[in-house]
Amino acid sequence: MSVQISIEDTGDVFPCAETKHLLAGMIQLGKKGIPVGCRSGGCGVCKVKVLSGDYISKKMSRDHVTEDEERQGVVLACRVFPQTDLKLSVIGHLQKAIMR
Amino acid sequence: MAMTGILRPGHVQLRVLDMEEAINHYCENIGLIETDRDDQGRVYLKCWDEQDKFSVVLEPSDRSGMDHMAFKVATEQDLWRFESNVKNFGIETKRVPAGELNGCGERVRFVGPAGHTFDLFAEKEQVGNMVGTTNPAPWPRGLKGMEPIRFDHCLLYGNNFDENLKFFTEALEFQLTEQIMDGDVRLAAFLTCSTKAHDVAFIRHEESGKLHHASFLLGSWEGVLKAGDIISMEDIPLETGPTRHGLTRGQTIYFFDPSGNRNEVFADDSYVYPDSPVLTWTADNIGQAIFYHSRQLVDSFMGVTS
Ligand code: FES
Ligand SMILES: [Fe+2]
Repeated sequence: MSVQISIEDTGDVFPCAETKHLLAGMIQLGKKGIPVGCRSGGCGVCKVKVLSGDYISKKMSRDHVTEDEERQGVVLACRVFPQTDLKLSVIGHLQKAIMR
Repeated sequence: MAMTGILRPGHVQLRVLDMEEAINHYCENIGLIETDRDDQGRVYLKCWDEQDKFSVVLEPSDRSGMDHMAFKVATEQDLWRFESNVKNFGIETKRVPAGELNGCGERVRFVGPAGHTFDLFAEKEQVGNMVGTTNPAPWPRGLKGMEPIRFDHCLLYGNNFDENLKFFTEALEFQLTEQIMDGDVRLAAFLTCSTKAHDVAFIRHEESGKLHHASFLLGSWEGVLKAGDIISMEDIPLETGPTRHGLTRGQTIYFFDPSGNRNEVFADDSYVYPDSPVLTWTADNIGQAIFYHSRQLVDSFMGVTS
């Protein structure tokens, strides 16, 4: 079964299997919209806010998602397995290459 | 003995979100060997060709990243000499008692100007590599995964970059081997305490105390390719490679552990002597400096840390 993931900010929409995390679903289809980093819940670049829909999430580094944020649906896309269609907005971003 | 003072990276303690997944990654996939566990739930690992009891410690945590990196010094006198060097540089030190990590002697601990915690120690239990010391075989049978030879270096991102470089070269007596220069601003510094292309390296960054990667040495380019095979077979998040670095000339591949800490395995990098000139890569050529073939920067490689 797959569900629809829509990214509010960019209008990107992609299907994602319930067995795959959001980033894996996005990458597999060559889609963009959420920044991609470690794909393991440690770097924080894929941080999103779930605006609607249900999901299961795996452990995320507390450096990037506080307990409070987690309660408000702020999650790392690479740790989120959608259970229904999801609407998201993107919070994370890739840092500039090297800082001067 | 020509090599004195700080000898080598002794270990890195990495924070992991799920210990079972981490052990599977580091032992089954990379191929480190478990040597101990302690009552804090930490797991001790080593590569096959290391004499010391451990070179990687996995620490259960609710966040990712590097807890500390430790260097082995040659003698106890060195330990106290560097302790006073660090203090004289204006950085506080503290002593971590022997046995806080199983098999490790007393450590001198401090936070470098770029925000990373470092330890120095003179003693660690030696358990031997896996081929012994009498008529040793060239390699042991039964290795797993990528068959790493040793924990080699860390690349760290941090602020106070220039002060940090001064600290490492002056107080800790490291040698600058390679650098990336943007005019007269140094963006990257590769440093050795031995004759390696680097034992630790730093990138100029706005946040403090970040880990870019912990790296393990492999025996050959063939090994790097095989690591790539394992990464795909086991569905490990690959970042880039197999390819070659301009900097250090290493043949390399990058991937992430299940907590988002970046790993590298590599082969065949360059070496220095104390009288070797510093090698410079210019910022206008940074693509080639980092990925020699594609000459293209990879966004996540430049911007993602743990
Ligand atoms: S990509 Fe690193 S936390 Fe999701
Ligand atoms: Fe490296």
